[in-house]
Amino acid sequence: MTAPVAGNAVRGDAVRQSLASFRREREADWKAFEALLARVEKRAPRTLSEEELLSLPLLYRSALSSLSVARATSLDNALVAYLEALSLRGYFYLYGARRGLRQRLADFFLHDWPGAIRDLWRETLASVALMVIGIGAGAWLVASDKSWFDAIIPPGLAGGRGPDTSAELLRGMLYDGDNGFLSGFAAYLFTHNVQVAILAFALGFAFAVPTVLLMLFNGCMIGALFQVYWSKGLGMELGGWLAIHGTTELFAISLAGAAGMRIGTSIAFPGELTRMAAAARAGRIAANAMVGVSVMLLFAGLLEGIGRQTITSDVTRYAIGGGMLAFWIGYFYLFRAVRHGDR
Amino acid sequence: MAIGKRAAFAAIRPLITPEGVDLRIRLADAGTRASAFLLDVVFIAVAAIVITIVALFGVGGLGSEGFQPLFVVWIILIFFLRNAYFIVFEAGRRAATPGKRIVGVRVASRSGDGLSIDQVIARNLMREIEVFLPLSIIAGRSGTDLADTLTTVFGLVWTLLFALFPLFNRDRMRIGDLLAGTWVVEAPKRALLEDLSARQDPAAGAFRFSHAQLDAYGIAELHKLEEVLRRDDYFALRTVAETIGRKIGAAPQAHDARAFLTAYYGDLRAHLERKLLLGNRRADKHAR
Repeated sequence: MTAPVAGNAVRGDAVRQSLASFRREREADWKAFEALLARVEKRAPRTLSEEELLSLPLLYRSALSSLSVARATSLDNALVAYLEALSLRGYFYLYGARRGLRQRLADFFLHDWPGAIRDLWRETLASVALMVIGIGAGAWLVASDKSWFDAIIPPGLAGGRGPDTSAELLRGMLYDGDNGFLSGFAAYLFTHNVQVAILAFALGFAFAVPTVLLMLFNGCMIGALFQVYWSKGLGMELGGWLAIHGTTELFAISLAGAAGMRIGTSIAFPGELTRMAAAARAGRIAANAMVGVSVMLLFAGLLEGIGRQTITSDVTRYAIGGGMLAFWIGYFYLFRAVRHGDR
Repeated sequence: MAIGKRAAFAAIRPLITPEGVDLRIRLADAGTRASAFLLDVVFIAVAAIVITIVALFGVGGLGSEGFQPLFVVWIILIFFLRNAYFIVFEAGRRAATPGKRIVGVRVASRSGDGLSIDQVIARNLMREIEVFLPLSIIAGRSGTDLADTLTTVFGLVWTLLFALFPLFNRDRMRIGDLLAGTWVVEAPKRALLEDLSARQDPAAGAFRFSHAQLDAYGIAELHKLEEVLRRDDYFALRTVAETIGRKIGAAPQAHDARAFLTAYYGDLRAHLERKLLLGNRRADKHAR
């Protein structure tokens, strides 16, 4: 072993001393910051005292500056890694821009949801048009050849209805569905419809092609059913049976399809943005619309499961259906809340 | 070493805070994310089974008139479990589901802003076509007699296409991430470890090193040495002590390995840190 070089040893120790004292002096701040973060991540910031709340950003900045110093002067890997993790946690917490739940909910119902739907108006028109085309096609197909009915509507869903069912039986189905299982049925319908709507939305990713097909096919099923009833002279009655929940439900599914189309088209034609940025923007608008869609489907499920079976007057059915449609259109397109300040 | 470093580098992205510090976030790798998802699936499945069992007991206790409300509650709970589990947890303060929390990752906005709720919703609704749709195709087909190979194969290919999507882009995004403008980053909780330079080792005081001996290594080797010392594995310490001893021309006793390395680490670090202060960052032993 060689003898120590005196000067080197002394200077080395000086560096060691100053870095050790850096850590000694700052360590208390880091620990305090870590403890505060652990608390606010678990519980609401309300549980902190005013003093602690004010110290959070100060401690965060102190941790950041320590990180800069450590990166520039210290070769202790564990220390730098610790400070990086701590600063990142602090950054996510402090710049997470959290608003209260109540404010978020109010914002959603007053601005975000109607705003997203208004933004999607072109796609909504396209999606409604597709459904109407589907209805026409379905009716025309079944009118030209009865066997199309079985091809379009799966037997399980038809529930024994068909072109050959008698008028009395068809009428019976429209007016006495009271089987004592209503609320369960409504819950089932709601969850089922939401899954269909999510599918229409998510499939938009494939350049909107599956969504378009889904909308067309959905229309086809309605058209086929209509044709069967219409040919027996029960068209108006079926209209009432469908309208009570259908205006809400079909509108919601059209909106889900519109959201899917927005995603598909913005990926196919991103315009001036990059494909990635366009997809991200469309995705966020569509997501807002989709939450709204599930709220609408909840209404539709309640109307369908409970209202349709207990309200048997055609006029009332039409009135409720029309009223709901007017309500949605007014809420989305006519009513605009003014946003004060920035959010 | 060099290869390992480059691989680690590929997953690091800059995140400049408004204070001007680059936090260098590390993206979660595919394996971590898969294990987080599997953990979540297990949690969901367990919760679903518990809910079902409780509901069945409820039916048993209440009789047939209690069946209907219980059925409503059951169907709504299962629906929420499937659709809201991910959204509720990721919209929370820690932006991570329990599975993600266990493996130490979280969701973050690619722009560096706070994660908004619509982003969380968008990224999780896409899971429907990524996972649940193909699974239900397969399950539905094999349940009936229609289990033809073609649809099953189609379902599998579809699932794989989406499941492996994160492997085909630089930022390890799945389709939901792409649409929401998010990514999944590592956010581990690290404890502050002891400062090895400050370690009091009476035997270490006996070692002294010359300038030439300290010039043998650079920062990369110092960090490796730190790793070995922190792991504190007897045989690794001995091997490393022998290698370093050979290189710098010192022959520590086998039972002194730990003390020798502690002393050398302390002196080497002080030596390199002094150089660092003078503006010379010596990356590894090959740098001059």
